[in-house]
Amino acid sequence: MTDVLATVGYGLAIAGAVVSVIAASGMLRLPDVFTRMHAAGVVDSLGAALVLVGLAIAGGFGTASARLLMILAFLWITTPTACHALAKIARAKGLMPPEREQQETGP
Amino acid sequence: MTLFADIALLAFLIAAAIAILRKRDLFTIAMLSGVYGLLSAAVFVALDAPDVAMTEAAVGAGTSTVLMLATLHFVGREAMPPRKRPLLALIVTVAVGSALVYGVSDLPLFGDPKAPAHGDVARHYLERTGEEIGIPNVVTAVLASYRGFDTLGETAVILTAGIGVLALLGMLPRRQRREVGAEPAPHRDHTILRVVAKMLLPLLLMFACYVQAHGELSPGGGFQAGVVFATAFLLYALVFGTRRARAIVPEAWLERGMAGGLLVYGSVGVVTLLRGGAFLDYDVLAADPTVGQHVGIIAIELGVGATVASVLIAVFFAFADVDPA
Repeated sequence: MTDVLATVGYGLAIAGAVVSVIAASGMLRLPDVFTRMHAAGVVDSLGAALVLVGLAIAGGFGTASARLLMILAFLWITTPTACHALAKIARAKGLMPPEREQQETGP
Repeated sequence: MTLFADIALLAFLIAAAIAILRKRDLFTIAMLSGVYGLLSAAVFVALDAPDVAMTEAAVGAGTSTVLMLATLHFVGREAMPPRKRPLLALIVTVAVGSALVYGVSDLPLFGDPKAPAHGDVARHYLERTGEEIGIPNVVTAVLASYRGFDTLGETAVILTAGIGVLALLGMLPRRQRREVGAEPAPHRDHTILRVVAKMLLPLLLMFACYVQAHGELSPGGGFQAGVVFATAFLLYALVFGTRRARAIVPEAWLERGMAGGLLVYGSVGVVTLLRGGAFLDYDVLAADPTVGQHVGIIAIELGVGATVASVLIAVFFAFADVDPA
C-alpha cells in the first residue's frame, strides 16, 4: 500500500516538474506579456499543485501533508492575484495583446 | 540527491548574481535581487538552518525588495553608464578581493572537526541546552540566553541603523512629504488585490505572533517575528497607501517601539543584576532556573521583535515619504 502511494505521489510530482518545464519554455518562446503570463500561470497553478499533492501523497497522510496542502491553498490564492495585478498594470501602461491591437487599428 | 539540490541552488544563485551585474535596468535588478534573496533562503533550508531561512525570505526577498523599489522612485530606473576606464575601481576591487581570498585560506575547512565552532562550546550548547535552558530549539537558546549579550548588541545595531536612516531621510519638513497611494494611482481600483490582501493580513499577523511565541520550540523568535510582522504591514501599506497605514501605526508609536524594544531587552539585564545574578543571567528571574530562563527568553524576544518590526516599518515610511523632486 505504501509503495503504491509512493509511486502515485512521485509520479504526480514528476508530472508537475514536466509541466513546469513546458511552462518555462512557454515563458521563453511566447510572443508578448500576456501569453507569457499565461505560461507562468501554468507553473503556479498546475505545476505547483501536482508537485505538492504528489509529495503529500508520497509522504503519507499527516501534519506534513496537511501543511503542503495549506501551502497549495496559499499559492492558489496569491499567484492568480499577482497575475491579475501584473496584467492590469501592463494594460494600464498601454500594452495590448497583438491580435487585439490589429483588430483595433485595422488591417 | 541533496548534493544535486545544493549544486542546482548554488548554480541558480550564481546565475542570478551574474544577471544582476549585467543588467542596466534598475527595476529588473531590484526584482532579481529579490529572487537572489529567495534562493539564499532555499540554500539556508538545504543547510538545515530554518531560523536564518525565515529571516532571509522575509528580509531578502520581501522587505529589501520593497525598499529598493521605493528608492527607484527618486533615483530613476536606469543605471548610470559605466565610466570609460574604471582603473581605480578595478585596483580597489582586485586588492580587496585578494585580501578576502587570502583571509579565506586561514578559515577552517568546511566540516573540520577541529574548527573552533565545533569545539567544546558547541558541544556544551547541544548537550546541555535541554537541561540548562529547558527548550528544544538550540538556536534560540544560544541566541537569546548563552549569547544574550551579543544579541543585545545586535538589537542595538538595528536600532542605530534605523535611527541613521531616519536621520538621513526623515528630517524633511512635513509639507515636502508625499503620501504614496494617497493620490489616484493605477492600482486604486484593484478590488481583487485589496480583497486578497485583507484576507491574507490576519493570517500573516497571526503567523508573526506564532513565530514570536513559538520561537523556543520551533524555528523562529523575535527577529523572524519582527520581519514577518513588518512584511505584513508593508503589504498593507503598498495596497492601501501609506496614509491609511500611518493611521494604524502612528509615527510616535513606531519611535516608541524602536527604542522600547531595546529598553525591554536591557531592562531584563538590569533586573537580573538587581536580583543578584550576572547581566542577562535569566536563572535568577524565577525560583526554578529553567522557568527563569523561559521568562527571560520570552521577554527579550518580545523586545527584539518590537525593535525589528518598528525599525523596518519606520524605514519603509521614511523611504516612501521622500519627494522624488
